[in-house]
Amino acid sequence: MPGLVDYVLGFLTILLEVGVVVCALSKNSLRRYITINLYMALSAVIGVCRYWVLAHSGLSSPTYFYFYYYSDALLTICLYFALMGLYSIVLEEMKADVFLRLGTILLLGGTAWFSYGVIQQSSNKMLTHFVVELSQNLYFVGLVLTYVLWGATMKLRESRTRVIQLVLSLGIYFSAFAATYALRNLYPQMHAIWGYVPPVLGCLLPLAWAYTFWRMPEDARLAPARLAVVPR
Amino acid sequence: MIAAAILVLSLGALVQFFISYSRSLVAAAAAQPLSVETQEVAGISTSARGEDFARLLQLLELCPERPHDRGEIRAVRSYFRLVSALRWSLARLLPSLQPWMEAQRAQCAYFAAVALDRRIAFSRGVLAAQLDNSR
Repeated sequence: MPGLVDYVLGFLTILLEVGVVVCALSKNSLRRYITINLYMALSAVIGVCRYWVLAHSGLSSPTYFYFYYYSDALLTICLYFALMGLYSIVLEEMKADVFLRLGTILLLGGTAWFSYGVIQQSSNKMLTHFVVELSQNLYFVGLVLTYVLWGATMKLRESRTRVIQLVLSLGIYFSAFAATYALRNLYPQMHAIWGYVPPVLGCLLPLAWAYTFWRMPEDARLAPARLAVVPR
Repeated sequence: MIAAAILVLSLGALVQFFISYSRSLVAAAAAQPLSVETQEVAGISTSARGEDFARLLQLLELCPERPHDRGEIRAVRSYFRLVSALRWSLARLLPSLQPWMEAQRAQCAYFAAVALDRRIAFSRGVLAAQLDNSR
């Protein structure tokens, strides 16, 4: 059975996710960042469902295992749409929405196909291995997309502090998860660590987004040159 | 092999995103002026030095915590440590990086002063509310 720490982390994540939606609502930003808020709301609902499945089936049951990983993959796909929402905000003057949607769908299909291709050889571990492989690849593709978005943000001299912080938080989240899943693929025997790292990382994104909505007004501006890692 | 490549690239991106995120926090604070009281308490006026950071953190710990600034202070503290470690190691090999790193450390110290300013204002507000309730 999960310990107190698991329950506290899970509950905290759900609270923070609801907090993001509440903060956005109170700052009149719900509609402008609708994809982010929908993702957070869905994530909170799935968090509650996970606890329901956990209470009824137990931590070591296959039902919970599949529900956890497949809902995680589903949430990552939804996070792609949140990312696309950020793309459309950054590129709103270029009217590139149709290309963005098409690109996202192609990329999602390609990632699922690639993950299936990698796993096809080990058919006995098909479902269990596929879902970990898919998650790792989804997070990595998400990381690449966020990196490209960050590049576009710098190139277009995006100065809205709120947009910059939303993009950077997402980048930290995707890169931390992609690294965790890659480590998990390399060292699957370290169960004790892999049990705690994803829930802790899961708190970071809603925490950073709630902070951004709460503290950064829509009209706050930053000089993008100050954010480059390499001094200019 | 794929997992190892993903790991290396992800860790590289993580460091880069973390640095940029911390700098966005620090840069957002750089535009905020300090109150006269905080300038006196902290011993700084319009700019700070990297050496002030540790002292400002100690002053911050003396003030009652504001729940929503804990995360950002932690992030900037990690960034300060990272820059200090780079200053100690990399900047010795590439001395041209020294002024930039010093400027980063100074911005972190100014951020801590702004956080101190907010905490002092917050404590004042709490105290005023308590006095109002006791009347």
